[in-house]
Amino acid sequence: MVRHPLSLTAMAVVLLAMPVVSHAAAGKQTPNAPGEETAVAADAASGTSPATSEAADADTPAAETAQGSTEHAEAAHGEYEMDHLNWSFNGIFGAYDRASLQRGFQIYKEVCSACHSMTRLSYRNLSALGYNDGEVKAIAASVTVSDGPNDEGEMFDRPGRPSDHFKSPFPNVQAAKAGNGGAYPPDLSLIAKARHGGADYIHAILTGYSEPPAGKELMSGQYWNRAMHGNIIAMPPPLTDGRVAYSDNSPQTLEQYSRDVSQFLTWAAEPHMEERKRIGIKAFLFMLVLTGVLFGVKKKIWADQH
Amino acid sequence: MSSYENTPPHDTEDGATRRDFLYLTAGGFAAIGAASFAWPFIDSMNPAADTLAMSTTEADLSKIEEGSAITVIWQGKPVFIRHRTADEIKAATDVDVSTLRDPETDGKRAQKPQWLVMIGICTHLGCIPLGQKKTEPKGEFGGWFCPCHGSEYDSAGRIRKGPAPKNLVVPKYTFLTDTTIRIG
Amino acid sequence: MSAGPREPFENPVIEWFDSRLPIFTMMQKEYGVFPTPKNFNYFWSFGGIAMTMLILMIVTGIFLAMNYTPQENMAFDSVEHIMRDVNYGWMLRYLHMNGASFFFIAVYTHIFRGMYYGSYKKPRELLWILGVIIFLLMMATAFMGYTLPWSQMGGWAATVITNLFSAIPFVGDSIVTLLLGGFAVGNPTLNRFFALHYLLPFVIVGIVFVHVWALHVTGSNNPLGIDVKGPQDTLAFSPYYTAKDMFGLAVFMLAYIAVTFFAPNMLAHPDHYIQYNALQTPAHIVPEWYFLPFYAMLRGITFGFNLYILAGIGIIGAALWPVYTKGKALKDPLLGMTIIPAVTDFGQYSKKFFTMLAIAGVVFMLGYFSQTMGLPLPFSKWVLLDSKLGGVIAMFGSIAILFVMPWLDSHPVRSARFRPQFKVAVLAMTASVAILGYIGAQTADAMLFGVIQWVYIGQILTGYYFAFFVIILPWLSVTEKASPMPNSINEAVLQENARKAGAR
Repeated sequence: MVRHPLSLTAMAVVLLAMPVVSHAAAGKQTPNAPGEETAVAADAASGTSPATSEAADADTPAAETAQGSTEHAEAAHGEYEMDHLNWSFNGIFGAYDRASLQRGFQIYKEVCSACHSMTRLSYRNLSALGYNDGEVKAIAASVTVSDGPNDEGEMFDRPGRPSDHFKSPFPNVQAAKAGNGGAYPPDLSLIAKARHGGADYIHAILTGYSEPPAGKELMSGQYWNRAMHGNIIAMPPPLTDGRVAYSDNSPQTLEQYSRDVSQFLTWAAEPHMEERKRIGIKAFLFMLVLTGVLFGVKKKIWADQH
Repeated sequence: MSSYENTPPHDTEDGATRRDFLYLTAGGFAAIGAASFAWPFIDSMNPAADTLAMSTTEADLSKIEEGSAITVIWQGKPVFIRHRTADEIKAATDVDVSTLRDPETDGKRAQKPQWLVMIGICTHLGCIPLGQKKTEPKGEFGGWFCPCHGSEYDSAGRIRKGPAPKNLVVPKYTFLTDTTIRIG
Repeated sequence: MSAGPREPFENPVIEWFDSRLPIFTMMQKEYGVFPTPKNFNYFWSFGGIAMTMLILMIVTGIFLAMNYTPQENMAFDSVEHIMRDVNYGWMLRYLHMNGASFFFIAVYTHIFRGMYYGSYKKPRELLWILGVIIFLLMMATAFMGYTLPWSQMGGWAATVITNLFSAIPFVGDSIVTLLLGGFAVGNPTLNRFFALHYLLPFVIVGIVFVHVWALHVTGSNNPLGIDVKGPQDTLAFSPYYTAKDMFGLAVFMLAYIAVTFFAPNMLAHPDHYIQYNALQTPAHIVPEWYFLPFYAMLRGITFGFNLYILAGIGIIGAALWPVYTKGKALKDPLLGMTIIPAVTDFGQYSKKFFTMLAIAGVVFMLGYFSQTMGLPLPFSKWVLLDSKLGGVIAMFGSIAILFVMPWLDSHPVRSARFRPQFKVAVLAMTASVAILGYIGAQTADAMLFGVIQWVYIGQILTGYYFAFFVIILPWLSVTEKASPMPNSINEAVLQENARKAGAR
């Protein structure tokens, strides 16, 4: 058939590339997150928090890194460029590291869960981390959940079951704010998908604490974090070397903790990722072969026209 | 390079074979693809993981007085738990099993004679029989009476009269203690 | 549709059916032997691809709706329930979410093909208009679907888009309240958006049916844009184009599968995974990529339309009068005075035309600078159309103008292949839309190379977009000389085949 000119092919490429290009642009320009972790409470009634002006002031000089060793480039807007780590789940063949997930869950259970809920997960989901039924039941039973009302109309406590959702540290958002100086510790079920950078971002936040640079005064309840948009965060540094005792031989360091909990939170946000990629590879290969066959059919049918 | 007529291609013997093979391959692939693509859609209508996770229910029997019954929900269905009196047990065991529509001994239906545990759904067309409360009609066999089409069950939940073909279903359950059971 | 004379089928079951309801005869006529130009390129596969995506969206949508709850406290949770607990729910959701993007990719390509090869021209004007209606319905459906997960992005998109209507004078606020079913985005909004999001796709199916019907009345255009002259120019739709379209569809599906399964959130945004909070707007809200060019036009109108700007537009109108009327004079009916003289030779008129455009441009820019940079000019503060309403008009106008495109371009030649000037103009317009899409994704104050704000580039491109339709198309209609064309489709195909054979 008549070959269409090259310019047309180029336009087709433009059309097809447009969504990707414009989206990449959006990603680049966007601040890390709406400041849920900042001391700025989401509800209007809390009035102006002292952090409001600070958080908006993104134009801060480069902060010292926690290790004080690597220089991190800062973009024009004072935006911290997070490290892109080589996660086991990256790439189309990537999978979660079960040992790391279990360690990450341990950190969530022993540290994060004091303030952060994960209500979209149930204990039964933990079997995906490599725990067997008995272990899942034991983990669930270690929690006391409130159930009811019973036949007398009273709420009662009982041990957790695998079908229960993760227990929240606070009964509601208001209580969570009240218990954390007005800042709501966001639910972590979807955090890896709700922040630009996902696991890299979580890792960067957890390893990003330091003393504020000279000239920056922090209010009480504020902490300096180079990865946070605006550099001010209301969450105290949650992890330090040696804080959590691992039962395997993994290093008990801030770096390792951060990697493990980031891995765990990525799984929590996208629990079907491995299945998705597995099906995707099959579907793509199938479609590739079908495309080849259809090309053959097309060529054969058109043979007398060329 | 030859024909420009408005007709499908004509082939030599050899070409036709190859063409047929290609058509069959393409058609076969498309059929396999369509079938495997349809499965996720169909399966999405099956119970979701959270529904399946609720597959067991525990019930406390200690508060049920002799001669009364409670209804608990298991997998969205009512489960009748009756604390039978000695008379009721006797009535159930005295029946000649061979005369029943769905022959089953009472011992087979109740793990412990005083506790009868059954799914409270009429085996005719899915209504919930009456007879749990003391005030409700129990039918002439002293068990349950289905108001929809008049099926009557005895004190072991066996069908005795009316259109239902089977006895009320006994679910899988285990005694965790003397007074708690887990259904499912 | 009509039974007409019917050839009996050999298969008795088919014959029994067909003699009572001639659906097989109809299929045979419309998709079997249907004479189709023999020179289609792969751009012609995109109509079928778009239709496939429409069906896919409806099917995935129905199964999603079985598990979704349109209630403000439960909607976000129900979507997460689909993603986590429903069997293959994640797959249905990602197919639907990315399917919207791929549907738009197919439709944008389809629209571009229609423009480039002049498919909107006589006798296919109605076919084109039906297509624009489908496009508008798609946009409405996509926007409402964006709201349903009740995320920060969706909820705030609903706020922003419905607030567009507040720009309408006098009744704007009442209309917004009516659309929302309340004074802010809330449960009534979500409920009606769900109802309409479920309904509109079926309306689209209906119009697609009419669209295809109209196509089968006029027959397809083709890359040469010349009419089919006889059977030697055509091929039976099946098996030739069924085979070709299937292959094109398969390639498209490869891209769709790759994105859906390996990068399902590539075109999404983190704010989609935060539940809607009526008291906190996300830092940077953007519509879906397929709305970005129009969003950029909306934001690009940062100035009110004062007397200077309107005068500039008036002068352009006067210069275009002879172009639109093919040279007729404009006379004042009361005084009998000639306001614009008749034009017989557009070659001669061109000098006058461009002079008037230049004057109009200067007057327009004076008004523009008085609005944006405070250039002190008398009466420059008299704004007849404020920037908010101007932006909304630009956004909706950019799509509305497509309805009249068949009359703005009255050049007898269809395909851009034989219209060198039109070709450049239409490709530049396409590039403008693409760049506007990029600009729409930027923050409002983003800079290009740190020198110039993107919004100014956006204004220029918006200006070009409208100039393309209002000025360039009519002007080229009366002035552009087409390059030599082949006598028939068949002749061109033979030449091309000979050229290819020679190259081998």
